Amino acid sequence: MSVGTNSIGKPVSRIDGPAKVTGRAKYAAEFSAHDLAHGFVISSPIAKGRIKSIDRRAALATPGVLEVLAHDNRPSIPSSHEKYTDAVASPGSPFRPLYDDEVLFSGQPVALVIAEELEIARFAASLVDIEYETEKTTTDLDTQIDKAFAPSEKRMPGWDPPARGDVDSALSRAPNLIQKEYRTPVEHHNPMETFASTAVWEADGRLTVYDKTQGAPNCHEYLCSVFGLAKDKVQVLSPYVGGAFGVGLRPNYQLFMAALAAIGLKRSIRVTLTRQQMFTLGYRPQTLQTLTLGAENDGRLVAVKHDAIAATSRFEDYQEPTVVWSGALYPCDDSAVTSRLARLDLFTPCDMRAPGGAVGMYALESAMDELSYAVGVDPLELRLRNYSERDQNHNRPISSKALKDCYLQGAERFGWSKRRPEPRSMREGRELVGYGMATGIWEAFRVPTSARAVLAADGTLEIACATADIGTGTYTILAQIGAEMLGLPLDKVVVRIGDSDLPAAPVEGGSWTAASAGSAVMEACHGIRKELLMRAGAISNAPLKGVDPADLTWVDGEIRMRDNPSRGMSLSQLLLGLNEPIVSEVSSKPDEQALQDYSHYAHSAVFAEVRLDEELGMLRVARVVSAVAAGRILNPKTARSQIMGAVVGGIGMALHEETVIDHRYGRFMNHSLAEYHVPAHADVHAIDVIFVDEQEHRLNPLGVKGVGEIGIVGTAAAIANAVFHATGVRVRDLPITIDKLLELRRPMSNHAA
Amino acid sequence: MQGRPQATSQFLERNLPPKLEVCLRVNGVERRIVLRPWTTLLDALREHLDLTGTKKGCDHGQCGACTVLIDGRRVLSCLTLAVMKEGAEITTIEGLEKNNELHPLQSAFISHDGFQCGYCTPGQICSAVGLIAEGRAKTRDDIRELMSGNICRCGCYPNILAAIEAVMQGAET
Repeated sequence: MSVGTNSIGKPVSRIDGPAKVTGRAKYAAEFSAHDLAHGFVISSPIAKGRIKSIDRRAALATPGVLEVLAHDNRPSIPSSHEKYTDAVASPGSPFRPLYDDEVLFSGQPVALVIAEELEIARFAASLVDIEYETEKTTTDLDTQIDKAFAPSEKRMPGWDPPARGDVDSALSRAPNLIQKEYRTPVEHHNPMETFASTAVWEADGRLTVYDKTQGAPNCHEYLCSVFGLAKDKVQVLSPYVGGAFGVGLRPNYQLFMAALAAIGLKRSIRVTLTRQQMFTLGYRPQTLQTLTLGAENDGRLVAVKHDAIAATSRFEDYQEPTVVWSGALYPCDDSAVTSRLARLDLFTPCDMRAPGGAVGMYALESAMDELSYAVGVDPLELRLRNYSERDQNHNRPISSKALKDCYLQGAERFGWSKRRPEPRSMREGRELVGYGMATGIWEAFRVPTSARAVLAADGTLEIACATADIGTGTYTILAQIGAEMLGLPLDKVVVRIGDSDLPAAPVEGGSWTAASAGSAVMEACHGIRKELLMRAGAISNAPLKGVDPADLTWVDGEIRMRDNPSRGMSLSQLLLGLNEPIVSEVSSKPDEQALQDYSHYAHSAVFAEVRLDEELGMLRVARVVSAVAAGRILNPKTARSQIMGAVVGGIGMALHEETVIDHRYGRFMNHSLAEYHVPAHADVHAIDVIFVDEQEHRLNPLGVKGVGEIGIVGTAAAIANAVFHATGVRVRDLPITIDKLLELRRPMSNHAA
Repeated sequence: MQGRPQATSQFLERNLPPKLEVCLRVNGVERRIVLRPWTTLLDALREHLDLTGTKKGCDHGQCGACTVLIDGRRVLSCLTLAVMKEGAEITTIEGLEKNNELHPLQSAFISHDGFQCGYCTPGQICSAVGLIAEGRAKTRDDIRELMSGNICRCGCYPNILAAIEAVMQGAET
């Protein structure tokens, strides 16, 4: 199943581009129905306690108001928490919206006001009087450190690799020791589209739900489980998703609300969350991390210890791979990595772009930078001296690793050789200039996925798979794979995704979609090839009779012998007389042996230049070079955009983003886009993306590793390291804001915030 | 979320603000709509005129996704009440295409990959149309500054900048 160069690897523009630039692309809140009513969610102002009473009289007296649903009058729903679980849930008891009078977190949905008009629903929500009994809340992670625990039930077995060697004695012998604490705050994904579900009540009692989700099948199963619906009574669609970054992996409560109201009122309901309510969903949890490195005088690591405490809710043990990278990235015989959780009165965190990796690698790569100064070795040289060809976490080889090329090509493009080693040694006009770098790593996955390919007599290929495109370019790369396999022009390929009725796919996340859905589409198209060749063989005197399919090329509508291109047939010849479309559906699975025998990672080297106007305290990231090794790049244009966007996310993580909790009320205070600053145009300058050549043969037939997360891993550390190089101030508490820089402004202080 | 002025609620409980008729020229077509005065231009477009190309990202004038052109100037439709724009000429993303041909900015956004999820895109494009008409942006940093009211969480800024620059330099037609 080799691939040629007809379509794969070309920087083609997104096939969904015209729909998106004209406003024709429809998102979840943009579908309608003749009987549509609007639901507005009432959010709890308290973080913990009970609902004492709900006075709905004023709301219900308002013309146009249909119902105020809450725990005390809702249709029946199951009590078992298990019914509310989903494919991405961590161990625990999933939240049951509107189940009872208990309030578990600030902003918890406590009622849904349904009205004929959106504004009436919103207004009537302000008329519902809810009395609460408030209990004391705990939301300050620093007060819970001594209660931190290792979760008994693991979300993924591989995230807590066993300790190897004797790390403490190795540390005690090491001539150089770095032990530092790093902190990362709560961050919210804040996709531009707020969560919305339009539940259309069909005449025959079926439910068609347009939902903002990274996994239509996951939401479909959730609805069937919670509301006891037969699978064929519900369809979930998400043709376009206005960003998600992880917060659309699990079903969010607006989906529950819309379905509950539609079932209860037997009419179509749309529920859209406000931007403020976006801060009541999952988030990147706060972490407190301690990194301990022991090294020889030449910088070679002898011991690595990484401990992380992360926040979770009272009801679920959300876990992410924060420390696992510290045992895998650099060679080191003595290593211990541990992660613990602490419970707070908040909603459960959820995966956010490179969950665990983004924060854990910030700590590891900051500590490596600190080590570079301690041993007097250039930060890039330090990484090269600690280059690993094996994954010691699993004691197995790495399938493909072109990280060295990332280091060298990235450094060359960036001009790393111009860096002077001492902090505060580079200046231009009023500005201090700093260069910093870091390594990035993310696991390359492949997960079981199904797909269908249908070739019509007119030579049009339809690709169908329940996966999603959240801006990642899934539509485009699947079309490219289909076009490549059958030698078709791109505009002859139609891609249908984001629909629970299509062949099953897991949630779109983890950077696995290109490898998983892509392989499934490739295999489905291979089935079409086989069928076409059988037809070719059935034609008497056909030029392709009896040939080995492996010897053929499929390019520009022609099927030809690789070694003898004059021998071949055109696709249109083969389709002559075709009465029914050729259908090929496959369930595609990874090679389990290859997953057992080898580790699979994407890598990157990130270089950042920051500039600080010392008089004004203005800090900006002047440029970033991200050199990425992620196997084959299916589409350099869309892949570059993914890396670039993740680098922008890394800039936000390093300098801007933090959701602040008022611990008196257990409430996020800056719950708007004015006060939760995500990078704007003026914050983003030059970003240069390099894809180094990397041949991967084992993970999947396409040779891809995925590029959704790798661009953010390492970026915050590279920027933080550049800030230290510029200023001599080491802020170990993200984001690096002006107040922290001023507080620590003593040159070379190298102290924690 | 908690508490409300009693007088307001008592006044409004049974007496919703009466509907008014407003006439807007949307994408060159006169549209008469009957709506309540509390309806924003954004909701009027999305809910009353089925012009869902204009997006709601925050409803508070903080993200720019709802940017439309009113009499040629870029305006946040979520902070504009529809009834205040009687007779105004409103251009949304759906009105930029002429004779089935994309506006140069629409083409440039596609060729420069100036979007990923696409949700901020109509606002970015309308804002860029307004920016170019204003004629104040001379440098890349000017464009960055004057486009900073339009957030793109996918982080496509360098590509958006390239697309706008290409159109300003007449490279895209």
